[in-house]
Amino acid sequence: MASGELTSGAYIKHHLQNLTYGKFPDGHWGFAESALEAKEMGFMAFHVDTLGFSFILGALFLFFFARAAKRASIDAPSGFQNFVESIIDFIDENVRGSFSGKNPMVAPLALTTFIWIILMNTMDLVPVDWLPSLAGALGIHFLKVVPTTDPNATFGMSIGIFILILYYSIKEKGLGGFVGELTLHPFGKWMLPFNFFLEGVNLLAKPVSLALRLFGNMYAGEMIFILIALLPFWIQWSLSLPWAIFHILIVLLQAFIFMTLVIVYMDMAHQKEH
Amino acid sequence: MNINLTLIGQTIMFAMFVLFCMKFVWPPLVEAMAARKKAIEDGLKAAELGKEEHALAQKNAEDLIESTKTQAAEIIANADKQANVMIDKAKGTASEEADKIKAHAKSELDQEVVKARNELKNQVSTLVMQGVNSVLEKEVDSKAHKDMLSKLSQSL
Repeated sequence: MASGELTSGAYIKHHLQNLTYGKFPDGHWGFAESALEAKEMGFMAFHVDTLGFSFILGALFLFFFARAAKRASIDAPSGFQNFVESIIDFIDENVRGSFSGKNPMVAPLALTTFIWIILMNTMDLVPVDWLPSLAGALGIHFLKVVPTTDPNATFGMSIGIFILILYYSIKEKGLGGFVGELTLHPFGKWMLPFNFFLEGVNLLAKPVSLALRLFGNMYAGEMIFILIALLPFWIQWSLSLPWAIFHILIVLLQAFIFMTLVIVYMDMAHQKEH
Repeated sequence: MNINLTLIGQTIMFAMFVLFCMKFVWPPLVEAMAARKKAIEDGLKAAELGKEEHALAQKNAEDLIESTKTQAAEIIANADKQANVMIDKAKGTASEEADKIKAHAKSELDQEVVKARNELKNQVSTLVMQGVNSVLEKEVDSKAHKDMLSKLSQSL
């Protein structure tokens, strides 16, 4: 625990508070010193930890993969290149299986979401107190190390996907086709408002479900790690170890589900006839 | 758990990552994999082709050996035949020559015999004449009986 005087509730709250840099109500910018201050900042604030960790992880992924791509050898692939190629193969297979259109962007999109989410989720397996304690020793009061337990990160991704869905729907079907798909289906033109309501919910549910599924799973997992960390230190391993092993599955599964749904949504956006 | 500018930051970051991945990560890796796939396919095809060529070459070589063998056998048979002919011919000439020599020798022998007989005849008749001469020196005129004597020697 960060400090001996903390109650359990305060400990949990402390762990769930992002490091926030934003505009105080009085107009000046700075780091929030408490959860209340962070809340008062409203929309004009950044979660520095979420942005920082997700950027570092994404950059690591792209750095290593781009290096492997640059050194890609046809005759004698290195061990890491083999690893990267097996992932590429896996993604490619999934894209081929679910995506029927022709778009060179879908496969890299799927690869990026898959690996980035895996890396961000994996931060959950770092013992919950290590990095926050280290940051506390350096004078940083709040630190949330798992970007995917911040809805900003998951919604940030799903909004990107949503924009792509809208863009490709309009590009592939034409504005008229897309509007027609939203309004004339499933009950014909006499039920237009009802159709629009149904299809609108259907459309909006895509990014919302994407973001909330990932966020919910990772948030719950993190919460359980935090609760386990409240136990006496000598018993913690008996719960945190099985949970961590189980959590490896969730880390991979959530990344895989997110990627698969992205591919499926892209495929739906590219389908012309309905 | 507040929704704030982080959302927009994350969206922009995500877009940048995807763009980077699309430009610098995905295409070279996929190209390298495709190139390797092609190289392996080509290699296998070339190996198959080489195998076929090898089989063909082996068959050609076997055919060549076969035809050479038959040719060699023919040549040997011909040579045998020719040798036989030559031997036969040589035998013929030899026997002919031998016959000729034999005939020649026989005729020579015959002549010798005749000559010797004649000589012998003459000698015998001379001897007879001498004996007769010495016996009948007085009673017979050699001149008178010469004709008879010569007739006698002739008939011997």
